[in-house]
Amino acid sequence: MILELDFWLMIVLIMFAILALEVKDLLAAVGVLTGYSFLIALLFSALGAPDVALTEAALGAALTGVLLLASLTFMNRNSKD
Amino acid sequence: MTGRFESVFLDVVTRAMVPLIQVFAFYIITHGHYSPGGGFQGGVMLAASIILLRIALGEESYRRFPREAGIWIAGVATLLFTLLGFVSILFGGNFLEYAYVVPGMDAVELRYWGIFFAEVFIGFLVWGALVAIYDALVTGGVEA
Repeated sequence: MILELDFWLMIVLIMFAILALEVKDLLAAVGVLTGYSFLIALLFSALGAPDVALTEAALGAALTGVLLLASLTFMNRNSKD
Repeated sequence: MTGRFESVFLDVVTRAMVPLIQVFAFYIITHGHYSPGGGFQGGVMLAASIILLRIALGEESYRRFPREAGIWIAGVATLLFTLLGFVSILFGGNFLEYAYVVPGMDAVELRYWGIFFAEVFIGFLVWGALVAIYDALVTGGVEA
């Protein structure tokens, strides 16, 4: 566990989380959410939980993004609020 | 021949990546009882490889892996997993108590293979179910 790496990963993680909520374009929001999942998978593996990291990388970074994109094709791309 | 996006690069990379993803997924499933990962993670990767084919190749992927196949794989895997659980009840154990599955075999050996087969069935169940969820989502929930 490298303290500096974990610190900066955590900062970028929080920035990604805020960005995913604030961005207006929903396609960009899905992309940012996928990046968030990938970063938190890196953090899980740095914290010594490779099993959880593998689940997060496979499910959060790959499948959830694809399912959100598939549902995005049925609706308007821009967020109202 | 190219898929629905008329892009040679996408086609070639997809066709090269999918077997590698599936081999790694089977590695994770079959080594789930003594290394990170297991049935669920490997099954998610198998489903991701099929969904990659669905997105990149379009209609051709439905000929290779039909719409009904997802539900069938998930159903058969669930049935086999349940049978594995009930066989041990027949021979005097609890549900999924692997030491009782085959009478007369070494208990340690039986637990090893019991967990192995449970991982394989869970992997196939997750694979079929997630592909079925994706298919239902892109068809808007209508029976295709």
